[in-house]
Amino acid sequence: MSATHLSDNQRARSAIFKRLREIPVSPLPAPDVQAYFRAQPTVLVQSSANRIERFITQAKSWRTEIIEATPGTWQEYVAEVVQKKSLQRLLAGRGTSFSEGLNRALGNKLSWYDEDLSEIKPILFSETDAGITTVRSGVAETGSLIVWPTHNEPRSLSLVPPVHIAILYASDIVETLFEAVSTQNWASGMPTNALLISGPSRTSDIQRTLAYGAHGPKELVLILIRDDVANTQARA
Amino acid sequence: MNTALQGAAQTASKKPSQVYFFATCVIDMFSPQSGLDAVDLIERAGIKVLFPLKQSCCGQPAYTTGFSSDARLVAAAQLDLFPAPWPVVVPSGSCGGMLRHHWPKLFADDPVRLEKARDIAARTVEFSEFMVNTLGLDLSGASAQPVTVAVHTSCTARREMDNHHHVRRLLKQMPGVEVVVQEHESECCGFGGTFSVKHPEISSAMARDKVDAITATGCDALISADCGCLLNLNGNLEKRADILRGEHVATFIRNRLDHSSGSPNRLETSK
Amino acid sequence: MSVTEHIVRPEDFKLRSRESVADPKLRGNFRGAMDFLIDKRAAQFPDNATFTLLRKVGETTRKHALSRLPDLLDQLEINLQRLGVNVHYAENSADANRIFLEIAKKHHADMMIKGKSMVSEEIELNQAMATEGIECIESDMGEYILQIDGDRPSHIIMPAIHKTKQDIAKLFSEKIPGATYTEDVDELISMGRSVLRDKFRDARIGVSGVNFMIAETGTIALVENEGNGRMCTTIPDVHIAITGIEKVVEKLEHVVPLYALLTRSATGQAVSTYFNLITGPRRVGEKDGPREMHLILLDNGRTQAYREEKFRATLQCIRCGACMNHCPVYTRVGGHSYGTAYPGPIGSIISPHLLGLSGTRDLPTASSLCGACGEVCPVGIPIPEILMRLREAARNNSDGADQALRGQASARKMLEALTWKAWRILYSNSFLYRPFVFIATRLRWLTPTNQAGWTTSRTPLRPAPRAMRELLAQRNKQREKN
Ligand code: SF4
Repeated sequence: MSATHLSDNQRARSAIFKRLREIPVSPLPAPDVQAYFRAQPTVLVQSSANRIERFITQAKSWRTEIIEATPGTWQEYVAEVVQKKSLQRLLAGRGTSFSEGLNRALGNKLSWYDEDLSEIKPILFSETDAGITTVRSGVAETGSLIVWPTHNEPRSLSLVPPVHIAILYASDIVETLFEAVSTQNWASGMPTNALLISGPSRTSDIQRTLAYGAHGPKELVLILIRDDVANTQARA
Repeated sequence: MNTALQGAAQTASKKPSQVYFFATCVIDMFSPQSGLDAVDLIERAGIKVLFPLKQSCCGQPAYTTGFSSDARLVAAAQLDLFPAPWPVVVPSGSCGGMLRHHWPKLFADDPVRLEKARDIAARTVEFSEFMVNTLGLDLSGASAQPVTVAVHTSCTARREMDNHHHVRRLLKQMPGVEVVVQEHESECCGFGGTFSVKHPEISSAMARDKVDAITATGCDALISADCGCLLNLNGNLEKRADILRGEHVATFIRNRLDHSSGSPNRLETSK
Repeated sequence: MSVTEHIVRPEDFKLRSRESVADPKLRGNFRGAMDFLIDKRAAQFPDNATFTLLRKVGETTRKHALSRLPDLLDQLEINLQRLGVNVHYAENSADANRIFLEIAKKHHADMMIKGKSMVSEEIELNQAMATEGIECIESDMGEYILQIDGDRPSHIIMPAIHKTKQDIAKLFSEKIPGATYTEDVDELISMGRSVLRDKFRDARIGVSGVNFMIAETGTIALVENEGNGRMCTTIPDVHIAITGIEKVVEKLEHVVPLYALLTRSATGQAVSTYFNLITGPRRVGEKDGPREMHLILLDNGRTQAYREEKFRATLQCIRCGACMNHCPVYTRVGGHSYGTAYPGPIGSIISPHLLGLSGTRDLPTASSLCGACGEVCPVGIPIPEILMRLREAARNNSDGADQALRGQASARKMLEALTWKAWRILYSNSFLYRPFVFIATRLRWLTPTNQAGWTTSRTPLRPAPRAMRELLAQRNKQREKN
């Protein structure tokens, strides 16, 4: 940054702060967000269905395709989706709890996001049919996925390829975003990027007509591992 | 007796023996019959109506245009006209809103007047609200002649006074009255005081759309509890040579009570 | 890229609004679109009590943040710097554009890819960069459509709401190389997608707006459906975010209810497709994300609004657009008539601070004060009251008690002031008012048949033959006789 810029910035900063601090403004009370969410867990009245059923209904309403699997069968379901959608080239992050299973299920169709974006860009933008990521939590109220990209699973993995395949344990579904933010104590250590994803990319910018795949993935497939109940009959 | 009437009869027990009537400039000069009809209905409930002759205007026209110091002086001239602790009945929603919500703000830095303004604000009651909550008139004996009615609620009644249900409740108590709901019912009629003069094309477009929506219902009558809106709507209806004229809810009720047979409504114009 | 710019100024509001009101196609488009948005929002708040409760939290959050604004900005800045974000302050558009230019030059960039940012519209970033030979490419679908047409947004959430799909089909077939005419929305969107994908991939600089800033963590939050915001903030090596100084809240948890209010109020969605929380540039070991991140904090009149309590509420705004969706005036005149970056009720209360009251003085009067805006505002801004305060400020010089507003008293007209003075004298003296009523009713036939704007669509306003006070007195006399 040039020296003139530094001084311009100083000038603007101090002028703005001077104007703000010049007048006395007495501090007003902070909102009691905790109390609000305790009393009013969800904005819309929730149905009597259990949390996971509600999550599924809501997620589907955003056009998330949900495939229920079990801890023992999820790889088969991933392989099946890949086949059904004729996905040729998939990209995933190494070193997650699913990496090995994915490797087994997809074989040479799967590549790893090992290089820097600048090197992997051509592959990411032009040759990858789907990115596979893990999901940190699901949000029942809105059917959203909480995704925290990491150095293993970079943020562009869930963004650039036309299909996003996400994998979530049902036991990681929380009631609300607020529950996740507060019980997981996000504020104490935010990642570079934290995402709430609800369905595939969409737009209504042309005459209010809903269209999918504006800029992000056109399809969002969620492999939901039903680890919440014993002997679950997974439904495809 | 239906439950609505029972409710009305119960609340009617706190009926005062007298009330003040603050007609405000709109009714005094432009729509006197509405005021007379309202007074008549109040008297039927055995309440004496006091009309302070020095009354003029609530100050709203200047207040909303940005001349609050002028509005203050006009409002100040009304402050001593309602000394006894009787309710102040206002037959027009937006004037009522001015008294109840804005008078105390106008006099925020004048403690003596502020106290009077607050006192009046607390006693201010819009006519239809007063009908429902306090008068408890039995309307079941009114004319049973079938009539379809569209109701226009003023924005003040809806959003500032929260009394937009009252007119509908009154209509429900009368036999033969069928209420129809126009498209975009909750939207403003486009009057807005000096807005109608400062931005006439926009105001007119709103008024036209409102009148279109109302006439599209094919209603026999148009009712409102706000004379400002009625001036706007009737001016528009008259200009387009429509025979429909909006009338104040007091006029409508009084006619139904008085003409238990015969023509449902007398045309009342603002001419 | 088209360079034809529609020169629209707020000074021309009366003219433009008159034209718009007379345009049935435009009115039809807006009415249809606003009804759609109104219904969608209503479905999200089926009962008013729930909305009121949530709104109270939203309002408290914003009020709390504003009451501590300088402290929170300090805290935010410290946290951002710790994360390695370059924080810039801009007093006005010129400052902000200069900062953009310096960053672009440093990176030898002749192109920037932009996510949706109303503040960048406010500072006219695209125009400013174009004069320096730098192309800013809009990537929000709506904004992109407008940009290739040389048009401007008419709504803060749905910028191209005034265009039909036929308009867009024609536009794409003319402006996108190789595109054929189609009215299929999916196809149109995929045309836009493929053009912009290359830009995302190649751009060195990505620009975004900001929905919320969180002081305690140094996080910026972006709310969007398309994914272009994520693209702009993930793929290019440099990310520049720009926003107004007022967008900060203290805690991360404070953003949760605001987010719930924003998406529900804006498009009637319980959530947006993406809620993107960004805390600093790429960290060591990460494989993507910008290596350099800038945040530009713009004043541009906001500190002026801050200085008077009534106006300060204007800064609570979270730019959801609900006030314009519900505004009967906006619905009839459309967004372009306002000639400002922010149209509708929020525009009418914020623009006087951004641009001065003299050029924008017709905006605060362009409201019937019906209150629909204040009723739906998710953070409880008393918009009608602020409009009234601005009307007053436009007509009176402050007595020195409060800080001068730029352009204060600029709408003062002698005739108008005298009219109200006369009105006041007449209506505050009953010894004048009573004869006045008497005479006015007697001389009603003298009422002019052409009454300024009133008679545009109405018959003249004419006093009744007798005033209520007289009729009542007559009636009482009659009764005494009987
Ligand atoms: S003023 Fe309120 S309703 Fe309007 S855009 Fe801002 S937050 Fe939304």
